[in-house]
Amino acid sequence: MSATAAVHSLWTTAATAADPISKIDAPKIEYGQLAPTLIVVGAAVLGVLVEAFVPRRTRYYAQMFVAVVALAAAFAAVVALAADGYGTTKAGIAAMGAIAVDGPALFLQGTILLTALVGLFTFAERRLDPEAHGNRVDSFAAQAASVPGSDSEKKAVKAGFTTTEVFPLLLFAVAGMLIFPAANDLLTLFVALEVFSLPLYLLCALARRKRLMSQEAAVKYFLLGAFASAFTLFGIALLYGYSGSMSYATIAQVVDGTVPDVTPALADTMGNDALLLVGAALLVMGLLFKVGAVPFHMWTPDVYQGAPTPVTGFMAAATKVAAFGALLRVLYVVLPGLRWDWRPVMWAVAIVTMLAGAVVAITQTDIKRLLAYSSIAHAGFILAGVIAATPSGVSSVLFYLAAYSFVTIGAFAVVTLVRDAGGEATHLSKWAGLGRRSPLVAAVFAVFLLAFAGIPLTSGFAGKFAVFKAAAEGGAAPLVVVGVVSSAIAAFFYIRVIVLMFFSEPRPEGPTVAVPSPLTMTAIGVGVAVTVVLGVAPQYFLQLAGDAGVFVR
Amino acid sequence: MSFPLLTATAALPAIGAIATAAVPAAKRTAAKWLALLFSLATLVLAIVVLVRFDPDGDRYQLTESHAWIADFGVRYELGVDGIAVALIALTALLIPFIVLAGWHDADPLETGSRRWRPTQGFFALILAVEAMVILSFEATDVFLFYIFFEAMLIPMYFLIGGFGDRAHEHGEQAAATQRSYAAVKFLLYNLAGGLIMLAAVIGLYVVAGNFSLTEIAEARANGSLDMATSTERWLFLGFFFAFAVKAPLWPLHTWLPNAMQESTAPVAVLITAVVDKVGTFAMLRFCLQLFPEASKWATPVILVLALISIIYGALLAVGQRDIKRLIAYASISHFGFIIMGIFAMTSQGQSGATLYMVNHGISTAALMLVAGFLISRRGSRLIADYGGVQKVAPVLAGTFLIGGLATLSLPGLAPFVSEFLVLVGTFTRYPVIGIIATFGIVLAALYTLVLYQRTMTGPVKPEVAEMPDLRVREIAVVAPLVVLLIFLGVYPKPVTDVVNPAVEQTMSDVQKKDPQPEVEAAK
Repeated sequence: MSATAAVHSLWTTAATAADPISKIDAPKIEYGQLAPTLIVVGAAVLGVLVEAFVPRRTRYYAQMFVAVVALAAAFAAVVALAADGYGTTKAGIAAMGAIAVDGPALFLQGTILLTALVGLFTFAERRLDPEAHGNRVDSFAAQAASVPGSDSEKKAVKAGFTTTEVFPLLLFAVAGMLIFPAANDLLTLFVALEVFSLPLYLLCALARRKRLMSQEAAVKYFLLGAFASAFTLFGIALLYGYSGSMSYATIAQVVDGTVPDVTPALADTMGNDALLLVGAALLVMGLLFKVGAVPFHMWTPDVYQGAPTPVTGFMAAATKVAAFGALLRVLYVVLPGLRWDWRPVMWAVAIVTMLAGAVVAITQTDIKRLLAYSSIAHAGFILAGVIAATPSGVSSVLFYLAAYSFVTIGAFAVVTLVRDAGGEATHLSKWAGLGRRSPLVAAVFAVFLLAFAGIPLTSGFAGKFAVFKAAAEGGAAPLVVVGVVSSAIAAFFYIRVIVLMFFSEPRPEGPTVAVPSPLTMTAIGVGVAVTVVLGVAPQYFLQLAGDAGVFVR
Repeated sequence: MSFPLLTATAALPAIGAIATAAVPAAKRTAAKWLALLFSLATLVLAIVVLVRFDPDGDRYQLTESHAWIADFGVRYELGVDGIAVALIALTALLIPFIVLAGWHDADPLETGSRRWRPTQGFFALILAVEAMVILSFEATDVFLFYIFFEAMLIPMYFLIGGFGDRAHEHGEQAAATQRSYAAVKFLLYNLAGGLIMLAAVIGLYVVAGNFSLTEIAEARANGSLDMATSTERWLFLGFFFAFAVKAPLWPLHTWLPNAMQESTAPVAVLITAVVDKVGTFAMLRFCLQLFPEASKWATPVILVLALISIIYGALLAVGQRDIKRLIAYASISHFGFIIMGIFAMTSQGQSGATLYMVNHGISTAALMLVAGFLISRRGSRLIADYGGVQKVAPVLAGTFLIGGLATLSLPGLAPFVSEFLVLVGTFTRYPVIGIIATFGIVLAALYTLVLYQRTMTGPVKPEVAEMPDLRVREIAVVAPLVVLLIFLGVYPKPVTDVVNPAVEQTMSDVQKKDPQPEVEAAK
């Protein structure tokens, strides 16, 4: 608040002020409260330096070390902040009103950091592909700049180049994601959006196999993402025009009509409901794009399919967490006064998202596309919790996101294991009879699928129950009915994959299951453990999410 | 704190499932013995429950209650009434026979076949189903019940899809396709039912604020929890739909013939004699107790559906060419009787229905398991492939006959008592429906006797001439069931004594606001 006031006084009082520079206060930054983000950003910068100065031979290990330490330290910082009461009693606004440090922010940051840590392990996996020219290779292109199929690409492969830039890129994306749900003014929100989106666009393009498809996915993601960013920015501009402020709290006050002082220069437009409605719609649209809700979901299947699978898993999990966090904050903190306007719209979006995701997924023949449509359906379920507009709505969404992200990362990690000569065998027909050849891998994947389907005793059920309960309590009973119907539809295609794995005859030329290094095993193991623990004994985590369910304003 | 007997009864097969699954692949015989051992130990515990249960005591006994998911208002609450005790005993009784009857069903096939049959998995899954079924009989928390009601679908699904019948007229590949079709159909029907129920479960929470059956039923009874009529009806329908799929009630029954036809005989028994009972049990425990008014409101429609089930199932059974499919349709007819007994809302009807659940379990198990032995000998499920079996395998034919006669409710065998009670109970309030239902018995005589006549009597077909009679293991499976059928047919008192007080209480839940049912029915 004070930040925006200072900015305004810059130009409204510039004519009279003799020495404008003296009016600018040095910003007060709560470094301690911002520590998680700062650690990750610092590590990302350090990663760039490592890329520049550390010899190629040891770069991979150095990058791994930096990234793991940074993510672990950032998570420790989140835990320390939460233990210190910043999630509940000491919740407040930091960094001159730009960042909120409160329950939802810390919970989501913790989730993102753990997801990223597990995702990092899948990034670093180097045992799945056979060694090329005596060098271990990971899922990423040898040299991103070389044209696919060209001589320079072959040379790069032969020289054993690896794109270790993925580690700093991951860290930058994580940094953006940490700020996104904590942003407390619209500009910070937009900056965070760009900070986490741009590295993701790049990461999508870096697949080692099927490079053209990967690059196509990246271009699609980038173009549509840029389009969505433009919408967001336009919405932000209109909201600024409406309220004369970027700050969440001030906009909310203007919406409620309780703003203490009207900015004189904006007196004409301020409070113009057309600006508010259009601005809010555009802003929410941008967020729904990141969430992957229908009708802004078009990018999801192509990008999920084309991106390197570790990136897909990370993106599917962490982006959803960050984007839903931001959506929650915007709807609950900035636009609660507009509830009667956005709820019907979100109802429609949620219904269409659940049904379209579930129905379209039935026809998919590629496992990654299937999981993409499944993620769309899940976005719909989460939206049902968002619509509740109650504290239990917030905590149910937080819980669902935590549960969902680990299932997702685990599922995509399993996808990386099933391979044939052309890399990952993602076509569903190749998965036939996998349960006969590799019962353990198939059983683990079945656990993830059952969790996606929301079968009791998995985290998926606990999450689904939480959001539907919140929705029903919030008066959205029809939404719950649509939710269970689309769950039933969705169950069909999850079951179809299980049938394929266990009850179909294996193909003679079918794929093999690669034996991964402990890195991917850890990722999958964590996924299974979280899935089962959150399914059987979710109370502690529900409590945590419940305690974290209040936004600071 | 006293010994958690109910938890132990359910935990034992669960531990058994894990232990069986952990046996190394080479030692499959050890896995079988381990599974049998655990199922027998569970039976012992179930008998202890039966003995410790005092029919004239509190409504729910041996209760356990622990905090579980406070945020959802869910507690780990167990407790049994007479109905649950009887069904737990039935379940624990049948599982050892199922294990024993399926002794060779999951052995690896002859070399050259690429079909994959993990023996350990088969027995572990059976025990897992047992654990979940027992827990769903014990749960007095709606959410806890729902969890196991849904979760048991998964092991069941793998049992149906993974271990089909060896006998198939169109060869291995066709068998695999049909089997996975049957498994998927089973799962989707039941999952859809379960998810509809989930919406109702959430609705119940929103209305009542917790999931405790006892608390909600009490609050309903003393008027402190008022539900709008339409809310109660919607919630009732949500619950009933799931149970009707599971039971199964016409027109939601179509998964059962497929599932029973394609699975091995012991798994078919597991489906119809054990798992499906959860559906009818839940109608008694949850539909009637939680939504008494809506239950009465829905009674006419449900009775008509049950009547259709009875007649339709019996008619289709008459027309079947496949032995297992015939038994499946016969079961649909019998489930019609059970549901009719429950919703006739008389104490004879309901105790008859509960007794019917137990007797149907035993009689179907006897008939189906013998049929399974027969089919495994000839390698065909078609009735037309048999003839004159009684000359070559008299013991097999004799037990098959007793199972069949039990299915058609011959006086002197257990199902007669229950069917008679159900019909009497229905007749006193709905004479027309009672009379029409009686035709179901006539049809039952037709399909059973025709089945016996075509397969067992007449000239000996050349293919069955070499057929061996029942082996020791098989006799060990069938003999106790036959003895029980005769015993309970002559002296059903042990079961009725346990069941009746619970039925009286369920009746009083429903009747509380309806002191003169005859007047209302006559309207």
